[in-house]
Amino acid sequence: MESKNVEKTAPVKGRPKTAECRRYDTVIGLEVHIELSTKTKIFCGCSTKFGALPNTQTCPVCTGMPGSLPVLNKKVVEYAIALGLATNCRINQRTLFDRKNYFYPDNPQDYQISQLYEPICLDGYLEIAQDEGEKRGSSTASENKTGGGTSTVCKKATKTIRIHEMHMEEDAGKLTHDESEGISLVDYNRSGVPLIEIVSEPDMETAEEVIAYLEKLRMICLYLGISDCKLQEGSMRVDVNLSVKEAGSDILGTRTEMKNLNSFKAITRAIAAERERQIALLESGEKVEQETRRWDDTAGASYSMRSKEDSKDYRYFPEPDVMPVVISDAWIEEIKQRQPEFKEEKAARFEREYGIPAYDADILTQSRHLASLFEETATLSGQPKKTANWFMGELFRIIKETGKEPEEFTFSPKHAADLIVAVEEGKINQAGAKEVFAKVVLEDIEPLSYMEQHGLMSLSDEGALQAAIEEVIAENGAIVEEYRSGKDKVFGFLVGQVMKKTKGKADPGKVNELLKRNL
Amino acid sequence: MELLQMSVRTLSEKIRTKALGVEETVSVLQKRIEETDPELCAFLTIEKEQVAHRVEEVQKGIKSGIYAGPLAGVPVAVKDNICTKGLRTTCASKMLENFVPAYDATVITRLQNAGMIVLGKTNMDEFAMGSTTETSAFRVTKNPWNTHHVPGGSSGGSCVAVAAGMAPLALGSDTGGSVRQPAAFCGVVGLKPTYGRVSRYGLVAYASSMDQIGPIGQTVADCKALYEVIAGFDEKDATSVDKEINPAAIKDRENRNDMSYMTGEYPNKMCIQRLKGMRIGVPKEYFGEGVSPEVRASVKAAATLLEANGAVVEELSLPMTDYAVAAYYIIACGEASSNLARFDGVKYGYCTAEEGSLHELYKKSRTEGFGEEVKRRILSGSFLLSEGYYDAYYLKALKVRRLIKEEYESVFRRYDCLLTPTAPGTAPKLSESLQNPLRMYQADVNTVAVNLAGLPAISVPCGFDKNGLPIGVQFIGNAFCEETLFTVAEAYEVLRGEFPKVWKQQKNGQKKEERLGVPEKNSAGKEGNGKAGGCDGI
Repeated sequence: MESKNVEKTAPVKGRPKTAECRRYDTVIGLEVHIELSTKTKIFCGCSTKFGALPNTQTCPVCTGMPGSLPVLNKKVVEYAIALGLATNCRINQRTLFDRKNYFYPDNPQDYQISQLYEPICLDGYLEIAQDEGEKRGSSTASENKTGGGTSTVCKKATKTIRIHEMHMEEDAGKLTHDESEGISLVDYNRSGVPLIEIVSEPDMETAEEVIAYLEKLRMICLYLGISDCKLQEGSMRVDVNLSVKEAGSDILGTRTEMKNLNSFKAITRAIAAERERQIALLESGEKVEQETRRWDDTAGASYSMRSKEDSKDYRYFPEPDVMPVVISDAWIEEIKQRQPEFKEEKAARFEREYGIPAYDADILTQSRHLASLFEETATLSGQPKKTANWFMGELFRIIKETGKEPEEFTFSPKHAADLIVAVEEGKINQAGAKEVFAKVVLEDIEPLSYMEQHGLMSLSDEGALQAAIEEVIAENGAIVEEYRSGKDKVFGFLVGQVMKKTKGKADPGKVNELLKRNL
Repeated sequence: MELLQMSVRTLSEKIRTKALGVEETVSVLQKRIEETDPELCAFLTIEKEQVAHRVEEVQKGIKSGIYAGPLAGVPVAVKDNICTKGLRTTCASKMLENFVPAYDATVITRLQNAGMIVLGKTNMDEFAMGSTTETSAFRVTKNPWNTHHVPGGSSGGSCVAVAAGMAPLALGSDTGGSVRQPAAFCGVVGLKPTYGRVSRYGLVAYASSMDQIGPIGQTVADCKALYEVIAGFDEKDATSVDKEINPAAIKDRENRNDMSYMTGEYPNKMCIQRLKGMRIGVPKEYFGEGVSPEVRASVKAAATLLEANGAVVEELSLPMTDYAVAAYYIIACGEASSNLARFDGVKYGYCTAEEGSLHELYKKSRTEGFGEEVKRRILSGSFLLSEGYYDAYYLKALKVRRLIKEEYESVFRRYDCLLTPTAPGTAPKLSESLQNPLRMYQADVNTVAVNLAGLPAISVPCGFDKNGLPIGVQFIGNAFCEETLFTVAEAYEVLRGEFPKVWKQQKNGQKKEERLGVPEKNSAGKEGNGKAGGCDGI
């Protein structure tokens, strides 16, 4: 199956060094749950806000009281369609809900309303960027004509990761086990919070590809504003399905499903560990069991949760309480029209329109909100590169220091632009400008009046400077003579004296110019 | 006992015109319940204090004009699977023996907005699973026509309450005939509205795709009046449908003081006018082997009576009927197995006293909390939905369901309604049915197809068997054509003549035993039946 192209672009040096590892390929597919940031739950009007007191955001519907009925939140469907369109899916225009039956206390009805037979989105794909050096041979059986191919157009290699389907479902409540009391508590605030599950094809081979896929998916969700996608808080949950097979073989190995992966780092570690574990089993002549495993990040190891034999029969059947959702062409079109410019297009445009480096464009578009702040500031200041520098230097430092979300910065681009222009015009020196910039981004102050009020304006007024220069010349007669006799070195000293006299507020360029003229 | 003899129309008119007090009305009924119910066992819960409080509220509301609707001040009995805030709702199951809902079902809110008073909660088959009201975990309801017989089910308590004069109106629920069949067995009128017509919000689900709340009354007009209070779109039930109910009723809701349609001449002879030329189909499969000769004769006589008065009556065939019972039980049990999962001993309801693991808690609570029939249906349903069986059973049943629907659709292109027996026989003796569940299921043959197709159907008393037990005729209508059903049923009612009322046998001071006798031979039940134009007595 290996094509010539693949052989060429699959250098051995990037691969694990142990001999047996070289003989195995890893095949990875992902199931990703995204918690949607709708105001209300998927089947009732309760708030989805995170962090409220237990069971304060509940009603008869999301606590499974007898007689209560679910009513579908239209926004959830809209978000799913938007995500489907952004990931090149086909929208199922008559989508149905099904019941997944299982008993557990976090599941108040003892069934979950989900989608099995007619999910909302089908057959999509995402293209992930591949580092030239890292790119590996695509030899998995799944990577045939329908997808998974690598391409090397325009230097940057991309790989297609196919999306099998996407469906809507409700989240369960949260169980807390109190070991000391020997009791379990359940909080139904999360019960009924909307989720979208995105099921990929097994098109990934490395942890890098997995992270690239997840980053891309996350960025799309953030740009759509449909989820905050935080792994630690559980608003993005990733289950990794992984198997290994002999390099070049068409026959897929037995896969395991890994759960409880709470960071990209944990995902990377779990993939490496699971690959090693499966290879070790195969090398010692044992079989890989099809099972669900739980990753323990502290131990750096996983353990079995349940085997295929005890896998549940969910007795899926069509949910009779929720009517089929019919999605019209017009509705899809309307959502299409509202789709934002996504990160990559935006970055490319920034590069093109503002002439900033690709690296800057990539960083500045990490957040849709910051990207638009940048764009407005750059336009108003007429100084895109300087604006980019201020954002990537000072603003990102402030974000990091304050621990705030990019979305929390709501300063007016006009104020930022005014400051950047003032700096370029020499109205304020760098140290002062940094102080004012922080005030602008955090408190949205008007920079020019602030500078004036706090005496941060440079003395670029020739009259005031002239007086200082004249004083310096008068006070340093000997050194002036030295300069005039050709000793250029002392010029710097004289400039320093002027700066001292003006308490550092003078515009050094202006001082240079005026001093030369006077001498 | 004059009050007990009144039609709802007369009763409500007297209450509205203040000729009769709400308190008086309720206390007469409560006295009647006290006298009668110890033997008939129709009710499960009556909270007199709550009722007294509500009576006061309603009396004030009528005075101030808040409650000006046609049923203001009228008491109603409610089946115990409809959630009532602050009033125990048990589904006649040990599982919910002490369950007090924190919210009202939409139909209850509507009753209350109409100024009605919930008298109490009525007995039923456990979780509405059964056709006799005998699977109730608490008490066995008796048929008021003969207390050795069942009242039918699952809405047996509601039908008995109305038949025995303990409540002028009642609400039941109908998943496979649970309103119509007990109505037929008790000699009252029961309607199963079109699926989606009445909100299911607050109805404890048995089989969600077929459950529908329906009104029960002494007459078609009574039923219709209650139907118009409860019907209509509800945003809390995604399966409820926003479709015009009845222009007159809507107009009435807009203008609560316009009682013209309630106070018009009754019985409304207009409906006999409208009967002319109406096309009524008689599907032969509904008169099959299992149908008793007496039922067949009585129902055919009803058809003859309508034909004699201008209706076009034709026999037709609905071959898919043979598959209805099997498809119904597969779908109903499948849905039930999932709907009843929530009763797990964790959040509310019965919880085992024994300690153990989570799995044991589930197992013991459910084993101890559910009765035999419920367990039978949960187990069959779980099996039918299991991997490897789903396609063979459930999926196939869904296909049959679609075919049944299509068959009805094609028939309703040619007919305004269908006429059938409501049940193949009359009320069986107590404990006879549960000995053979399969035979009990088979007896639902004439009612379940209607639920599979989501159509409206009404059962109207049309006669008696030789033992004096009532027989019902069922009219099946096209989806959302309840008005047509009311017209035909009301016309039939007029032509048939007044149907004997079991509680009318009792005169003041008479002993209990005599009250529950067989109706006299010369009553309209038998004689008036085959007599064309038999509206003399009205």
